[in-house]
Amino acid sequence: MNPSPAADAKYEVSFTVNGDAKKVLVRPMERLLDVLRNELALTGTKEGCGEGECGSCSILLDGMLVNSCLVPVGQASGASIVTIEGMSAHALMKPLQEAFLECGGAQCGICTPGMILAAVHLLEKEPAPALADIREGLAGNLCRCTGYMQIFEAVARAARRRVAK
Amino acid sequence: MPRKEGWDKVTGAARYVDDMVLPDMLYGATVRSNVARGKIGKISFDPSVAWDEFVVVTAKDIPGKNCIALILDDQPCLAAETVNHPEEPILLLAHADRHKLRKAVDAVSIEFEPLPSVYTIEESEQQSAIIWGTDNTFKSYLVEKGDVDSVWNEAAHIVEGEYFTGAQEQLYIENNGIIAAFDPENGVTVWGSLQCPYYVHKALMALCGFPEEKIRVVQMETGGAFGGKEEYPSMIAGHAALLSIKSGRPVKIVYDRMEDMVATTKRHPSRTRHRTAVSKDGKILGGEIEFTIDGGAYATLSSVVLSRGTIHAGGPYYWPSVRIRTKALATNTPPHGAFRGFGAPQSLFAMERHMDSIAQVVGISPVEIRRRNFLEPGQTTTTEQVIREEINLNHLLDRALGLSGYDEKRSRFAEENKKRVRKKGIGIAAFLHGAGFTGSGERYLNSLVGVEAVVDGHVRVLVSSAEFGQGTNTVLCQIAAETLGLPYESVTIAQPDTKVVPNSGPTVASRTAMIVGALVQSAAKGIKLTLTKTGLLREDYTPEQFRAACREYIAARGALKSYVRYEAPSDVYWDDEKYRGEAYAAFAWAVNIAEVTVDLTTYAVTVDDFVALQEVGKVLHPVLAGGQITGGVAQAIGFALYEKVVWQNGRMINNQMTNYIMPTSVDLPPIRVFFEELGNIHGAYGAKGIGELPMDGPAPAIVNAVEDAIGVRFRAIPLLPEDLFEALQPESNAQSIPSSAPGTA
Repeated sequence: MNPSPAADAKYEVSFTVNGDAKKVLVRPMERLLDVLRNELALTGTKEGCGEGECGSCSILLDGMLVNSCLVPVGQASGASIVTIEGMSAHALMKPLQEAFLECGGAQCGICTPGMILAAVHLLEKEPAPALADIREGLAGNLCRCTGYMQIFEAVARAARRRVAK
Repeated sequence: MPRKEGWDKVTGAARYVDDMVLPDMLYGATVRSNVARGKIGKISFDPSVAWDEFVVVTAKDIPGKNCIALILDDQPCLAAETVNHPEEPILLLAHADRHKLRKAVDAVSIEFEPLPSVYTIEESEQQSAIIWGTDNTFKSYLVEKGDVDSVWNEAAHIVEGEYFTGAQEQLYIENNGIIAAFDPENGVTVWGSLQCPYYVHKALMALCGFPEEKIRVVQMETGGAFGGKEEYPSMIAGHAALLSIKSGRPVKIVYDRMEDMVATTKRHPSRTRHRTAVSKDGKILGGEIEFTIDGGAYATLSSVVLSRGTIHAGGPYYWPSVRIRTKALATNTPPHGAFRGFGAPQSLFAMERHMDSIAQVVGISPVEIRRRNFLEPGQTTTTEQVIREEINLNHLLDRALGLSGYDEKRSRFAEENKKRVRKKGIGIAAFLHGAGFTGSGERYLNSLVGVEAVVDGHVRVLVSSAEFGQGTNTVLCQIAAETLGLPYESVTIAQPDTKVVPNSGPTVASRTAMIVGALVQSAAKGIKLTLTKTGLLREDYTPEQFRAACREYIAARGALKSYVRYEAPSDVYWDDEKYRGEAYAAFAWAVNIAEVTVDLTTYAVTVDDFVALQEVGKVLHPVLAGGQITGGVAQAIGFALYEKVVWQNGRMINNQMTNYIMPTSVDLPPIRVFFEELGNIHGAYGAKGIGELPMDGPAPAIVNAVEDAIGVRFRAIPLLPEDLFEALQPESNAQSIPSSAPGTA
């Protein structure tokens, strides 16, 4: 790719999204968040702040939890991207989703996809997290509704259930 | 019972307005004022932009009345000749390409002839410039009970204090957004992130000059609101509608975070002054309270916010006499608006800080001063409302003290603080929150609610009450299911759409579970009654028999719907002139206890433990109710310790999440929630309002705890480390309050 492309010129970028190979024709500095939502209609990834503070646009990029509003699409060239839509088969999803519903971990729901991705990411690294680990692991994802208490409970409950299995 | 729309939310399938795309849709943007107050001069369009590709709308394009119809209709939809606050909308642009749109907004330049402006409560009341009406006053109230002028002579102590609260951003994580689509046959349809479909409906009728049936408002899944989507969506809907009418194409306007924070409403900043006459043994004899809020540039909802702040100003205490003077003043900032608590968190902050001051002057503990003044059943509030509920505030306080370990901690902290830099303290707040609209408000709203049985025997609730996280969908379905003896799964709720649902009033004021819920209960009873009266159903039925009866009824007679309209309880009387009477059909009551650490090295305050005990009538759904409390407490901790709006010439200059700080998952203490349940004859299954209550108490409890820790009497929030630093400098008296004068007897 041209290192200093004209801002409005469009380039082809290829990556894998939720297991499918995708090619998009985009401005390279366009935010990955916008490309996912507007070009690929993956609207489960949400915009909250547009500056990497709130975590609502969290996705997994080559296995790393990142804010897709901070990633220029050109940087995702060749990467493997997973959004909330691509997570349904993941072994942690159902326990987390059920625990979120039981504990009241989702209220307005706008932070929920990002929060659940952050929780998956945490539980993959730390299957039996202490409360402090949960707090730390979710610190990049803001929730204005719950005061977090019910989210902590949900993540702890999902972890317990999984460990019990 | 799981949240009705919960599965969609945990899978990412829930549809918010920005997730919706219509064919041929344009994107809209707003060109705003960059001065606080001035005459609009020449508007120029940079010739390097291909303007013929853009839809451009100014005030001249408005088909109806150029206002956001609400209470006084003083706020224009687009400023035409003058602007009265920074970021006031002047001109609208639309284009299919968002990149071009962003550049075009910057390519419009507007000249202004500045006019004198006022930015604070003090400047507004000094009237250095008259910016609204004849005296900068949107509204004032006077509450008088007993003969307060006679109490000063008998007082052992007269305690004075002045308290301030700052603006606060609602900071819903989903920014504001609306899509509008116009066609000549159907008129304007809007889909949006909003709390009050019929507020938007009313505003669009006035703006477009269209009849009722030519405006349709649909609420999409809404990603948090907290009052911030009560009145402002009418503005954005107006803008999107004007662009759509002019272009003939659907138009989406979604704000980004910076625009949302800089341009939309915040909590009203406030100033409260107390002067209280107290007996030797700490009983309040009477007092004067002055409560003033900064309303911003237009009247919007300030009169109603002021009303709630006024009625809550005396807290949960018995005042033999009191005079409360309150006013909402105009300043040249964007209008302040609805935010959870709606005036009460402001005046209650002052009341609960002041109680600790009174305790010190009298020489008794914060616990004891409250005990000696708590309202009891049979006594009257400041508006002379008789407390009919069997509330026992001493019991509530005792339980909260026990849950927090207050007595032991308070004495232990005092001892341990002598030899450490991280000082610990513990503080109390006791408070009440009225459920439903203030005074005669519910009577005027005249809400209508429907319940419908469909042919397969499932039941649908028809209300305009919106879900934005609090649990409206779940609780209202639960009430209908319970009333009809049906499983929760067989009740659904219609998406709020003014073509489908009646006007059950706005989704505000902690009124949904209690008032709308009671109407849902009655409407559901109506369905049952229809089926039993027509002989299709026996009193004692199974869900299968109910389904069969619905099928039979609908086959023979068509739709089976039951509508119920609000009727004011006959014993709820309110005098709008004298501001006296039954302010609310029910109050919720609460005691909060906060434990804090004040670090004298970093000047940071952290909350270590938080007990929230409340009486909210019957708790309909413990998980949802608990979530309302923890979420409200978290937001109120932000109000107390983190969230500071920095103003410059009427404009918020820290309009980003990077420098306007809300609590994260590592900032909050364990928030421990406990309920007492007394019930409430006016609410569905004994429910009262709950949503706003938890916003009222944490800030004063925390600042009381800070005083307990370090002995400095702070009187303003937000209380940031820099405020502590400043107050703790040897020469500082920044936050000390005027000391009490002895009685003049």
